[in-house]
Amino acid sequence: MNRIDQRFATLKEQRRTALIPYITAGDPSPEHTVGFMHALVEAGADVIELGVPFSDPMADGPVIQKACERALRHGTRLHHLFDMVREFRQADTQTPVVLMGYLNPIERLGYDAFAERASEAGVDGVLVVDMPPEEADEFGPLLKSHGLASIFLIAPTTSRSRAATICAHGEGYLYYVSLKGVTGGAAANAEDVAEHLAPLREMTTLPLCVGFGIRDGASAAAVGRVADGVVVGSALVNRIAEGADHPATIAPALKEVLGDMRHALDS
Amino acid sequence: MTDSPVTETSAIGSAVADYGDLTRMPDARGHFGPYGGRFVSETLSFALEDLEKTYLALRDDPDFRAEFDYDLAQYVGRPSPLYHAARWSEKLGGAQIWLKREDLNHTGAHKVNNTIGQALLAKKSGKPRVIAETGAGQHGVATATVAARLGLKCDVYMGAEDVERQKVNVYRMRLLGADVIPVESGSRTLKDAMNEALRDWVTNVDDTFYIIGTVAGPHPYPLLVRDFNAVVGREARAQSLEQIGRLPDALVACVGGGSNALGLFYPFVEDVDVRMYGVEAGGDGVETGRHAAPLASDAPRGVLHGNRTYLMSDEGGQVADTHSVSAGLDYPGVGPEHALWKDVGRVQYVAANDTQVLEAFRELTRLEGIMPALESAHALAHAKVLAPTMRPDQHIVVNLSGRGDKDIQTVAEIDGIQF
Ligand SMILES: Cc1ncc(COP(=O)(O)O)c(C=O)c1O
Repeated sequence: MNRIDQRFATLKEQRRTALIPYITAGDPSPEHTVGFMHALVEAGADVIELGVPFSDPMADGPVIQKACERALRHGTRLHHLFDMVREFRQADTQTPVVLMGYLNPIERLGYDAFAERASEAGVDGVLVVDMPPEEADEFGPLLKSHGLASIFLIAPTTSRSRAATICAHGEGYLYYVSLKGVTGGAAANAEDVAEHLAPLREMTTLPLCVGFGIRDGASAAAVGRVADGVVVGSALVNRIAEGADHPATIAPALKEVLGDMRHALDS
Repeated sequence: MTDSPVTETSAIGSAVADYGDLTRMPDARGHFGPYGGRFVSETLSFALEDLEKTYLALRDDPDFRAEFDYDLAQYVGRPSPLYHAARWSEKLGGAQIWLKREDLNHTGAHKVNNTIGQALLAKKSGKPRVIAETGAGQHGVATATVAARLGLKCDVYMGAEDVERQKVNVYRMRLLGADVIPVESGSRTLKDAMNEALRDWVTNVDDTFYIIGTVAGPHPYPLLVRDFNAVVGREARAQSLEQIGRLPDALVACVGGGSNALGLFYPFVEDVDVRMYGVEAGGDGVETGRHAAPLASDAPRGVLHGNRTYLMSDEGGQVADTHSVSAGLDYPGVGPEHALWKDVGRVQYVAANDTQVLEAFRELTRLEGIMPALESAHALAHAKVLAPTMRPDQHIVVNLSGRGDKDIQTVAEIDGIQF
C-alpha cells in the first residue's frame, strides 16, 4: 500500500484530521529544505507537499511567487527535489511526500524519467496544478505504474460531471480548493466548504483535503471539522520569507505555526 | 493524447496526412496534434468549458456572423486595403511587395478584429467586466475600446517594462476608461502580464470575461482568436485574385503569439503553391540567446499559459527571459497551431534581428510614407531578405499588422532624441 493510503487509513482509525503543510523546495535556499521537512513532521505533519519552484506560478499569490523566485535564484531545479526526498527518506520512511507544481519542468525532464526518478527517490504522490485529468491520460497511468498517486484539484466552480471524472481519476486524496483565487487569498469559509464536500462524499471514498485560505489554528480547526485533511501553504511560506536572512530561525517558526494547527485540530 | 511530449516528429505524421487536415484543427479537445489543449488549474475549467460551448454554438450562427461583419465594416473600417508598395519593391529589385494594411484599422492594428469578436461573446455572457494582457499595448487599446463601446469595466495587465516603453498606448487605454495595472513580477513583460491576468481571472471568474490577445492560452482561445483574425487572410486572398490576378507566391507575417500570422495564413493553408514565412523576434540575434524566437531557435516543447507548444525554457523547465525591441513579440512561447505548422513544414519560421527591424522600419517610412509598428517591421525585414531572391513578376503579401505611432518614442530614444 502506498504511504499516502496507509497514512489516511491510520488517521481514520484514530479519527484525526490530516495536517498537510506545503513548502516550496529550495526556499530560501536548497540546503535548508530537508531540515524543514523534518521540523514539519515533528510539529505534526501527516503528509508533506513539497513545491517544485517554477518561473511562472500562475495559480499562486505573491507569497508563493516570491518563494519560487528565492528558490530559483539559488538554482533549485526539479532534479534537486529528488535528492532532497532521498535524503529525507534516510531518516523518515513513514511520512508521505507529494510533489506539487506546474507541468513544464516535468515535461522538460520527460514523463518517464520523472516517474522513475520520483518513485526511486521515495516520492508518494504528484499534484500538477495545470494538468487536469483530461490532459493526464498519458502521464496518469505512468505515475500509477510507478506506484505514485495522481492527486487532482476540485474547485468551487467544478461541475458535477467534472467532479465525477476527477473522482474517478484521483488517487491518494482529493484536494478541494476552498475559494476562487490564488494561494494566499482570503480565509476559507467552513460552511461553504462543507456544502461543497457533501456531494463529493457520494462520489468517492478518497479522503477530501482542503487547501487555500487555511491560515491559523482557528481556520484549520473549523475546516478540519468537515474535511479529512487541511493543507496549509502561504502561512508557512510567510514565515520562511520572514526568516530568509536568518535561516536558523525558520525551523522553529514553522514548528510554531504548524504546532498551533495540530493542537487546534486535535482538541 | 497518444504521443509523448518528448518524442519528435514521428507522432505528428499520424495527425496530419495533408494540408487539408490543418483546416480541421483543433480536435474536440482543443489539440493541434500534440499541441494546444487545456492545461489550467481546475477553477478555470468550468469557465473554459462554458466559453467553448458558447462559441461553438455561435460560430456558424448567421446572426452572430452578421453582427461581427457589421462591426468589422462599420466600426473597424474593413476591408483593409491591399497596397502595392511599388517604390519599395523597385528598390529591393525583386518580387512585388503588397502590404495588407491592418495598420489602417480603427485602433491601428489587427488586434481589434479579435476584440470585436470576443466582445460579442462577452456581451452574450452577461459579465460586466473584461480583462486583458498586453505587450505593445495594441491589444490592451483594442480591448479598452470595445469595453468603452459596450460600457464594460476593463482592467489591462501590462508588464512594468512594457508600461515604460509603450507610454502612449498606456495613456490611450486610460483615456478610454481602462485601468492599466503594471506587473512587476518575473521579466516584467508580456508573459508576466498573462500570468497576472490568469490570476485575476481565477479570482473573479464569476463576473469577468478574459479577452486573450493572441492565438495562445487554453482551448478554446487559440481557435476563436484565429477565427476572428482569419478575416485578414480571406480578404487578402480575394484582393490578390482581383488586384494581382492570381494568388501571391509568398506570405510574410510577424509572429509573437501568432494571431496576425494565422489570420493571414489560415485561409491560404491548402494553397500549396503559396509559401509562408512567420518572422519571430531575433532580438540581438538568435545565436546570442537574447531573442524571442521559440520556433526559429528550435526551442523544446513545453507547457505555459494553458497550452502545449514550443517554449523557450532552460534544462530544468524554467521559462526563459526574452529580448526584443518590440514589446508585442517579447514572448517565450507561440500559439500551438504554429507549433504544428512548423512540424508539418507548412510555414517556414525565421527570425529578424532588432537592427534589421529598425532598418526596415525606416525604409518603409521613407519610401512609402507608411510608418509600421516595430512588430510588423519584423515581417518587413524578412520581406527585404526574400524579395531580392525572387523575380519581379512574383508577388509577396506582407501583413502590415499595425502602425508605428506607438513606437515613435522607442525609435527616438534609439536615435538619442528626448522629447
Ligand atoms: C502590431 C502588432 N503586430 C503583431 C503583434 C504580435 O501579436 P501576434 O503574433 O498575436 O499577431 C502585436 C502584439 O502586440 C502588435 O501590436
